[in-house]
Formats: sequence, C-alpha cells, structure tokens
Amino acid sequence: MNFDKELDASGLNCPLPILRTKKALAELTAGQVLKVIATDPGSVKDMQAFAKQTGNELLSSAEAGGKYQFFMKKK
Amino acid sequence: MSKKLAIIATKGTLDWAYPPFILASTAAALGYDVQVFCTFYGLQLLRKDTSGLKVSPLGNPGMPMKMPFGPKWFKDINWNIPNIVQASIPGYESLATTLMKMTIKNCGVATIDELRDLCVEAEVKFLACQMTVELFGFDHNQFIENVEFVGAASFFEFAGESDICLYI
Repeated sequence: MNFDKELDASGLNCPLPILRTKKALAELTAGQVLKVIATDPGSVKDMQAFAKQTGNELLSSAEAGGKYQFFMKKK
Repeated sequence: MSKKLAIIATKGTLDWAYPPFILASTAAALGYDVQVFCTFYGLQLLRKDTSGLKVSPLGNPGMPMKMPFGPKWFKDINWNIPNIVQASIPGYESLATTLMKMTIKNCGVATIDELRDLCVEAEVKFLACQMTVELFGFDHNQFIENVEFVGAASFFEFAGESDICLYI
C-alpha cells in the first residue's frame, strides 16, 4: 500500500504509539496516508478506537513477525 | 464542540502519577479538552523536579516485587518481603523506585516527565489547588509553567460541563 509518511513506534508502550500517531498525522494533509509500525499488542484495539473517535480512517491493520502494521488515512 | 475530561489527581507517588497523565494525554490525542486539578499529594505531579515521586511496596500487597535484570528465571522470582522487614531497611523506597524505573524503561513505558511534556504540548490544562500549596508550604516557582493556582470553585466551572470526571 502507498503511504506518505512512516512512523516506527516499535518498543513503545501505551499510550505512546497513539500519541505519536496523533503527532505524525498532524504533519500530513487530509487524504494522506500514515504507516505505523508497533510492537504493543494493545495497539491493535487502540488504533481502531483512535480512528473511530477521531474520524481518521484505519485502512488496514495486520500482524507480521510479532510486529503490527497499520495504515491510517488522515481525515 | 469537543468532549471534556476533568481529572482530580490526589496521589503523589510514582505509580499513581501514571493514570492521570496517561488518561489526560490520550484523551487530548482523541480531541478532548482536558483539565487536571491537582490537590493534596497530587501537587507533586506538577513540581518542576519529579525526583520526589517514589513508589512504596510497603503495605501494598498488589505490587509484584521482581528484578528488572538478570536471566529470565531470576526476573520471574517474586520477592515476597515481609512488611516488617521493608519498614526497617533504610532507603527501601529509593531502591524500589530505582528498580521500578528500570522496569519502566525496559518495557518501553514513558517516563512521567515525558508524559507530562506531551500533556502540556497537547494543551492539557493543569490546575493546582492553592489551599494545599499553602498547606504544604510550597512556592509557586517550584511548579512547572502554565499551572493555574485556583480553588475548588474554578475546577467545577469546567468539571460541571465535563463528559467524564475522574477522581484519582
């Protein structure tokens, strides 16, 4: 998937992946896509909740080799 | 209009410093307006120097006492130290705090200063209870900038309209 910016939140624990995501999204313009990599298992549900409450669209959420990968489209 | 979260922070230990800052920073990231009213021991959360925040395992049966270093079998041991022993060792709290801070770092959990900076950056508003500032003999310049020194009535102005109000 194409993306405009990548955020590596590996090794960070709650609530840092969400806070960093929010910050990274602020640097994008509407419609641009942010790729986030995280290792916090709680981030899977948290990213969904973040998207739902902020209106940003979670395009995909996947796990590979103990890492979680998200694509978030800025509102 | 944004949702509002009002928090009353009353605890002044390292462990209890986390919930107000985690919830405030996360809510701010979700678009909430957040105010944290710090009173009594919660004032410690707003001091420039946070090294006074310590954790005490004494009389806290819910706290696992595990070592943050060494091989896995060693880290897995839960050191069940009787209260009477904990109470009689000088510097026990400082030692427990040092170990706790190592664990925090190992787990990728933010430090209190880091979380507080993120809150300030996200425009979380911190209120300090003026009455307890005087009661404890603190000085305004011991606190971080942008703290407002107010009374309970000022807190209710915001809390009365909040969607969520937490006492921590």
